Amino acid sequence: MMEDQEFVQEFLIESNENLTRLDSEMVELERRPDDHELLASVFRTVHTIKGTCGFLGFSRLEALAHVTEDILSDLRNGRRQLDTPLTSLILESVDAIKRILRSIEATSGEGEPFESELIPRLKQARDGATAPLPAAATTTEAESPSATEPGSPAKGPAPDSNLRVDVGLLDKLMNLVGELVLTRNQLVQYNAALDDSSLNAISQRLNLITTELQEGVMKTRMQPIGLVWNKLPRIVRDLSTALGKEIELDMDGSDTELDRTILEAIKDPLTHIVRNSCDHGIETPAERLARGKPGKGRLALSAFHKGGHVNIEISDDGAGIDPARVRLKAVERNLLSAAQADRLSEAEAVNLVFLPGFSTAQTVTNISGRGVGMDVVKTHIERIGGTVVLSSQTGQGTVVRVKIPLTLAIIPGLVVSAGGERFVIPQMNLHELIRVEGENVQSRIEYIHSTPVFRRREALLPLTDLSRILRLAPVRRHDEISIVVLQVDQHRFGLIVDSISDSQEIVVKPLALEFKGLNCYSGATIMGDGRIALILDVPGIGQMSGMLAGAGQHGRVAAAAAYTSQPADERKSLLLFRAGAFSRLAMPLSQVARLEKIAASSVERAAGRPVVQYRGRILPLLSVAEFLGSASTSEDDLLHVVIYRNGASELGLVVDEIIDVVEEAVTNRHGCGGSGLLASAVVAGRITDFLDLHALAGSACVTDPESLYRLEAALAGNRVLAEEVPA
Amino acid sequence: MSTACPYATFRVGGHCLAIPVLEVQEVLRGQRLTPVPLAPDAVSGLINLRGQIVPALEMRRLLRLPPRESEVDPLSIVVRTEHGAVSLQVDEIGDVLELDGSTFELPPHNVDPHVRSRLAGVYKLKDRLLLVLDIRRTVDLNG
Repeated sequence: MMEDQEFVQEFLIESNENLTRLDSEMVELERRPDDHELLASVFRTVHTIKGTCGFLGFSRLEALAHVTEDILSDLRNGRRQLDTPLTSLILESVDAIKRILRSIEATSGEGEPFESELIPRLKQARDGATAPLPAAATTTEAESPSATEPGSPAKGPAPDSNLRVDVGLLDKLMNLVGELVLTRNQLVQYNAALDDSSLNAISQRLNLITTELQEGVMKTRMQPIGLVWNKLPRIVRDLSTALGKEIELDMDGSDTELDRTILEAIKDPLTHIVRNSCDHGIETPAERLARGKPGKGRLALSAFHKGGHVNIEISDDGAGIDPARVRLKAVERNLLSAAQADRLSEAEAVNLVFLPGFSTAQTVTNISGRGVGMDVVKTHIERIGGTVVLSSQTGQGTVVRVKIPLTLAIIPGLVVSAGGERFVIPQMNLHELIRVEGENVQSRIEYIHSTPVFRRREALLPLTDLSRILRLAPVRRHDEISIVVLQVDQHRFGLIVDSISDSQEIVVKPLALEFKGLNCYSGATIMGDGRIALILDVPGIGQMSGMLAGAGQHGRVAAAAAYTSQPADERKSLLLFRAGAFSRLAMPLSQVARLEKIAASSVERAAGRPVVQYRGRILPLLSVAEFLGSASTSEDDLLHVVIYRNGASELGLVVDEIIDVVEEAVTNRHGCGGSGLLASAVVAGRITDFLDLHALAGSACVTDPESLYRLEAALAGNRVLAEEVPA
Repeated sequence: MSTACPYATFRVGGHCLAIPVLEVQEVLRGQRLTPVPLAPDAVSGLINLRGQIVPALEMRRLLRLPPRESEVDPLSIVVRTEHGAVSLQVDEIGDVLELDGSTFELPPHNVDPHVRSRLAGVYKLKDRLLLVLDIRRTVDLNG
């Protein structure tokens, strides 16, 4: 009895795998009916199911598989040609097989018979086949047998070096690794306080092994996005048949891997976007021909890794989104005023579809109009820390770009405290840290009506206080203000916290109970000392403080549009500053450790070079103006110092003024070389010179051969900057 | 209500309560609570239970009883729920009892609906009444 159960279990697992593949293979086969290899694979699958279920005594399943196999056998022998109605019929039979399998899985029985109507139709199709095709099966067009590309995407069974592992076991392993990371953090913290050299060595080794183990286990949980995409050919096929459209689906990068929890989370949003494209995007063949486009619409999916994220693009060559209609609709639904709508650019307007309560469909269809709009897609993607942006050209098509993190389980975060409690801010939402010190720091915060703002490099930064949001009593020093500059889409605001600790890798744990209406936390984590800290949900905090509401909606839309206008991957974070005659210099923010203001009087000399005592070390200083052969124009007795980190060593670059931190694509790069500059480029609409940091570090004798400075490499990377401003 | 199921009993503000012993994962004392600002009143914080984050619910607040004197250290009864483990903060833990099904009754209708909704019923013991909690509804703070 036990053995039987195991047999059935194995049969179910194997059949389910095969059937998922069968769906896409059938659709592929419809396109290329002459591909014998593909046909043979489809035949084999059905044949295996038939054989095994006969053996296990599932008679109805066997009957169904048998007649389907007969049809496939005729196709294989070339006795008949595959056409659309026949494909639909075979797919219907595959669905029925799946349904019975599900029933076997749930109840060990085949369930209520439902196929009494299907089997005669299958039989009719089979018997009709021996004679020439009956008139009833006329199709609109014969499949063109010309498109026979070699190399079908579906591959045979996996090699022996792979084995099947229970997902529950993997989840458990991941949890254990999470625990190990936490324990490691605790040990490292304890060790730091103890200063024991042999414990130190063990702790370092543990640190290394844990990191490797963490990476390894994370990898085991990675699954190709193709697992989700597998279902799409069938969906697109069924939709296009139902809507009378012709749609070709292209999928690129289906082997791109992501964590299975994320895969699970993006399944529905992706399907929804694809349905939307088929339903609203791509036009009927007649409409397309009238517009001078090929009758067959094209829907392309591509996925690729970039910068620790997975990027997914879903593009169609359909009608696109009409900005005028979207504006009208948004105003009609009171999502924004007519004046606001007019101010939006076209790119901004199309992103209005992400607003809650928006649906452009003229009529509710049963395909994409089921009360679930693009806002839900956006919410779902944002919940897993992703972004979604849409761009469209009327008449040309629509592109939806989704960017999601590789994994959710372990993320870098910044630890802050408010009201005596610690909270973690995900690094992803972090833009900059500001600390204001001095006697009358409170005056540095100004008010517009009752809204606090901070002058940040000549621009006003709206502020909100974490303690106030969470209704905690602040525990903070009077001569110090810590501001965390956060970013949601392109919208920035400052969060005042009691103090900023450090950044660390945290293990995200869910909160067991869903606290209703509590959207300021995205989870919790366990800190090095074993205590719990809540992880802040930055978009939620922004909404609670009113930063992202009302006008913010517009801001979010505008921000999304701003992203659209430039491919996200080209964007870099740059620090802009002035030195001597060079009014606009830039360096990658990833090379900047901190910004400081240092009193000119504290500069000393070591071996004839200017240095300052900084954080218990000797920091060499270098005037950028002098390095570039100019002279400093600053008369201030406070020096603006950019702490430039080159590998393990640091160098203080004295500049005349910090202009801004920008994040944008570097366009029109123009090499100039020599004289300490690497290149010139347009940044934020103005010509900007890029400092040659390698030459600069060389001239200051700060050499670290391991980290030769390369502009391209350094431009990518960390964009968190700490600025310390004495009042 | 089957008589076969033993119940774990505990005290909260002078009341005697019970839950099926099979739903109890463990009982702990002296747990450090991390408060959750803005959470519903009944949530007294989060507990680190060997790396698992467990929300703690204050039974006194759930049952609308006056707060516990600050010097009394509450006990945590960790119960299994469909959302994972949840800790109930109680005053005192009692014996495990096998109860006689014939002494079971539903709570009367005039009990505060807020409290009544969290009770599965009442056992009439010789010297006192034993209130049986419905765990699923007890931990449902959104209802």
